[in-house]
Amino acid sequence: MISTEKKSKSVLPPRPGLLDHPLPRWPSALLLLALLALPTLLGALGQEFYVGVASRILIFALAASSLNLILGFGGMISFGHAAFLGIGAYTVGILMQYGVDSAWLAWPLALLVGALFALLMGAICLRTHGVYFIMITLALAQMLYYLMVSLKTYGGDDGLSLPGRSSLGLGLDLASDGTFYYTVLALAVAVFVGLQRLLNAPFGHALQAVRENEPRMAALGFAVVRIKLIALTLSGSLAALAGALLANQAGFVSPSMMQWSESGMLMIMVILGGVGQLYGGFVGAVAFMLLEEVLSTVTIYWQLGLGAVLLAVVLLAPNGLLSLGAKRDAP
Amino acid sequence: MKINGYSLANITWAAAAALTLLASAAQAADKVKIGMLSTLSGPGAGLGVDIRDGFNLALKHAGGKLGGLPAEVIVADDQGKPDAAKQTADRLLKQDKVDFMTGVVFSNVMLAVGKPVFDSKTFYISANAGPSQYAGAQCNPYFFNVAWQNDNLHEAVGKTVQDKGFKKVALLAPNYPAGKDALAGFKRYFKGEIASEAYTPLNQLDYGAELSKMRASGADAVYIFLPGGLGINFIKQFVGAGLSKDMTLFGPGFSADEDVIRAVGEPMLGMFNSSQWAHDMQNPVNKRFVADFQKDYGRLPTLYASQGYDAARLMDAAVRDVKGNLTDKAALRKAILAARFESVRGAFKFNSNGYPIQDYYLRVITRDAQGRVTNRTLGTVFKNHADAYAGECKMPAL
Amino acid sequence: MTGLLVLEQSLNGLQFGLMLFLLAAGLTLVFGIMDMINLAHGSLYMLGAYLVASITLASGSFWLGLGGGVLATAGLGALLELTVLRRLYARDHLSQVLGTFALLLMSNEAVRMIWGAQPIELSPPAALAGPVQLLPGLSYPAYRMFIIAVGLAVALLLYLLVTRTRLGMQVRAGAANREMALAMGVNVQRLFTAVFALGAALCAVAGGLLGPLLAVQAGMGERILILAFVVIVIGGIGSIRGALLGALLVGVVDTAGRALIPLAAQYLVGAEAASSAAPALSSILIYLLMAGVLFFRPQGLFPVHD
Repeated sequence: MISTEKKSKSVLPPRPGLLDHPLPRWPSALLLLALLALPTLLGALGQEFYVGVASRILIFALAASSLNLILGFGGMISFGHAAFLGIGAYTVGILMQYGVDSAWLAWPLALLVGALFALLMGAICLRTHGVYFIMITLALAQMLYYLMVSLKTYGGDDGLSLPGRSSLGLGLDLASDGTFYYTVLALAVAVFVGLQRLLNAPFGHALQAVRENEPRMAALGFAVVRIKLIALTLSGSLAALAGALLANQAGFVSPSMMQWSESGMLMIMVILGGVGQLYGGFVGAVAFMLLEEVLSTVTIYWQLGLGAVLLAVVLLAPNGLLSLGAKRDAP
Repeated sequence: MKINGYSLANITWAAAAALTLLASAAQAADKVKIGMLSTLSGPGAGLGVDIRDGFNLALKHAGGKLGGLPAEVIVADDQGKPDAAKQTADRLLKQDKVDFMTGVVFSNVMLAVGKPVFDSKTFYISANAGPSQYAGAQCNPYFFNVAWQNDNLHEAVGKTVQDKGFKKVALLAPNYPAGKDALAGFKRYFKGEIASEAYTPLNQLDYGAELSKMRASGADAVYIFLPGGLGINFIKQFVGAGLSKDMTLFGPGFSADEDVIRAVGEPMLGMFNSSQWAHDMQNPVNKRFVADFQKDYGRLPTLYASQGYDAARLMDAAVRDVKGNLTDKAALRKAILAARFESVRGAFKFNSNGYPIQDYYLRVITRDAQGRVTNRTLGTVFKNHADAYAGECKMPAL
Repeated sequence: MTGLLVLEQSLNGLQFGLMLFLLAAGLTLVFGIMDMINLAHGSLYMLGAYLVASITLASGSFWLGLGGGVLATAGLGALLELTVLRRLYARDHLSQVLGTFALLLMSNEAVRMIWGAQPIELSPPAALAGPVQLLPGLSYPAYRMFIIAVGLAVALLLYLLVTRTRLGMQVRAGAANREMALAMGVNVQRLFTAVFALGAALCAVAGGLLGPLLAVQAGMGERILILAFVVIVIGGIGSIRGALLGALLVGVVDTAGRALIPLAAQYLVGAEAASSAAPALSSILIYLLMAGVLFFRPQGLFPVHD
C-alpha cells in the first residue's frame, strides 16, 4: 500500500536553543575510546606510573565539572568548593580509621555528607550575592579547614594516612592502578552524562536562566533560591564523591585539601576550560594538570611557564580554551 | 652522578622507553639510585638544602660512587607539606624505582611518606626526622635514622637547665609531632617549674603575643624548639623585645646552628644549645668534612649538613658490605645495622630500633678565634645515650 | 592577666591592623574604582619586601632600602598596569581572577629564580633593634612602635590625599560612580595607573616594614592576601575609611583571639585539648567576624557604591 506518511513538524526533535548543551557525538565517542585505551597504551610504553596520574586528572575533572555546574551554569561563584573535596576525602579516611573500608558504604556516605554540608552552606550563603557570596563561601570553607586542623584524633594538620584503598568487592581490587582507573572513569562518565542530561532538562534551563537574570525569573514565579540550592547540593555531593576518590588515589587525607588555594585552583580549572561550557570542567582540569606535569619535567621553574600559558589564554580567548577561535559573543 | 629532579634524564628515558623496555629488567645492580626528598622551599628550606649539600659532598669524597657503584641522586622538593611529599615519594618509588630514600626534614612529612616507602620495601635512611613513633610502637625494619631521635637533643638541654639550677622555664615549640616530642623530652629531665608552655602553628611567624605572655610569666629561662626560619624570627623578636636581658635562652642545636646565626648574628651571643655534633670536633673525618664544605659551599656546615654527609657514608658502607647486591634485603639490612663507617662525630652505632646510641654535647654561641659568631663545644651532657622508646619496639619481620 | 599585658597585646593588635590597612587600602581602591579583582596584590607586597631587602643589603642602610624599594615597586606596579592589567578591566571578574592568578604564579616563580627558594635576610635598623620603656614595667620593641607610627602617618596622608586633593576627589568620584566620573571628564587612563601605582607603593611599605618581623620568602603574599580581602569586605569595597576600620578590627580581634583564647580554652578544657583547639578558634574568629558584620551590614561598614 502506498503510505506516504510525512513526519509532521512536531515529531522532529527541537533544534537546540541557547540553554541547551548537546553532546557532540563523534568527538565524545572518540574521547571515550581514547580514555578506555589509555592504560593499555601507557603499559605498552612502559609508563604504568602515569595511569595513576591519569586517574588523578580524571578525579579533578569530575570536581571541576561539579564546580562548573554552579559557577558556569548557575552563576554562583563559590570560593569554598574544595571544602567538599575535603569532606568526601575525610569521610573515607575517618571510616577507614574505624575499620570500615567498603566503598559501597563510604562513597555513598561521602555523597550524602557532601549534600548535607552543601545544604547548610546554601542556607547561609544564598542570601548574599556577588563578591559577598564569594567571601562567605570562602569563610565557611576556611572554618571547616581550621576545624579539621584542630581535630587531632583525625590527624590534625598532619592528616591521615590511609591503610589501603576502599574495597569494592566483586573480585575487583582497587589497589591495582588499572582497576582504579576504570572505576574512576566509569563514575566520571556517569556523572558527566547525568550532568549533560540535567542541563538540557527543564531544571537545567531554569538554572541557567536564573544565572542570566535572577530578578526576572523570580518575577516569573520561579522558586529561584530553591533552584540554586538544589544545584548547590548536587554540586557539593558530586565534589564530595571526587574527594572520596581522591583520598583513595593519594592514600592520604589532610586539611590542606580544603584550603582556599585549592578552591582557587578548581576555579582556575573551570575558567581555563570555559565557564558554562559542557566540557569546560573536563578540558580545564586536563589542561591545567597536564601542563603542570609536563612543565615540571622540563624545568623546576615550571610555575612561570604555567602562569604564562594561563595569562595567554585569558588575554586571547574570550571564555577559556573551549572558546579559542570562536567569535566574541555580544555582551 | 645526576642531581636534578625531573630533568632531561626523565624525558630521554621516556623517548627511548620502547627500546630499553626489554633491557630494563637487567640493569638492577648497575648503579645505586637515591631519592633525596627534602624541604627545598619555604621557611624550612635552609635545612633541606644543607642535608642535600652534605650528602653531595660525601658522594664527591667517594668519587661519585656508593659502595663502588655509580650513584644517581634524584632530588625533589617536598615543600614541607605531607601531601605533596607523599605524591613525590610515590613517583620516586614507582617511576624512578629508587634503591634508597633520604632527606625528609620534618617529622609530620616523614610520617606521611613512611608508609609508601616501607610498603615498597625500600630502605629509608633518615638524615633528620626522627619521630618517636618509628622508634617505638611503629618501628619498621626499613627505617634507619643516622641523626637522633627527636627527643634526644631536648633531653640534653633539659638536663643542662636542671643542672644549672634554673627554677622557672617558659617553653615554646611548633604544633606538630616533633614539637610535642621536643617538649616531652625536655620535661623528662627538667624537674623545675614550667611557667608557660605554648605550641604555635608551623607557619606562624609573628611571636608578639607569645613573647608578651612569656614576659608576664616571670620565667628566668626560655627553652624554644623552632627549627630554621621559625627560630630566626623568634630570636630577632625575642631580642627586640628586650627579653634577652632577663631570661637565658636555651634551645636544641636545630634552633642555634649556622643557618640561624647567619641571619641573626650578634644578638644570639650567649645562647646555649645541645647537639650530637659540632664543627669544632677534632677527628680527621670531621676536619676534612668541615674544610671541604666551606671550600665548596662558602659557608660553615650545620648539623643538618653533617647528618646528610653521614647518611651517604652509611649507604656507601652498606652497599660495599653487600658487594652491590641490593636485591637481598635481609643482607642489606644487616649491613646497614652494622654501620661500619666513620662518622663525622667519631664512632657510630645503631640501637636495635634503627636509631643511634651516641654522646650529646653542650654548645654555646660565642666568638671564635677569628672573631666569627659561632658555636663552641663546652662539654658532654650524655654518654652513649639511647632514645626512650626503644623498649616499646617489637621489630616486625622484613 | 595584668593590665600591662592587655596594653601590650593591644599594641600588637594595633600594629598588625595598621599593616593590614596598608594592604587593604590599595586593594579596595583597585576593586572599588577599577572594579577589578586583583589576586596579584599579595605579589606586590612580596616584591616590595624583596626589593627593600635587596637594596638594604646592597646599600647597608635600611632607610635607603625602604625608600628605594617603595619607589621601585610603585614603578613596577605602574608598568604592570600599563601592559597587562589594562586589558582586564573590561573583562568579567572570572577572567580577572584567572589573569591575576597567572601573574601571582609567575611572580612567585620569578622571585624564586632571582633570589632563591630560601627566605632572605632583612633586619631592623640597629637604632630600632631593642625595646623602649613606655611605662614603668612595660617595655615594647622599638621597631613595632615604629611600625605603628608609620601606619598612622600613612593613614593620615591617605586621608589628606583622598579628601583634600584633586586626585583624591577623582578617586572618590570613580569609586562612587565610574560612568558618571567618566562622563564628567576624568582622565580614566591616568587615574587608574596612578591608583594602581599608589596601591603598589602601599604594599611595598607594608612588605618592607613587616620583613624584619616575618620571613621574606616566596609565597609570603598569599597568606596575607586573604586577610586583606576579608578586611575590605568588612569595611566596604571602595572605602578607605572602611579599610582602616576593618583592618583595625581584624588586627585587634586576631591578636585578642591568639592571646585570650588559649587562656580561656585552657581554663575550660584543659591544656592538652587547648593546645590544638585554641589556634583553630583564633583563626576562625576572623571569618566569624566577617560573617557577623555582613549579616548586619551586607554591604560592609562604609559602603561607597550607590
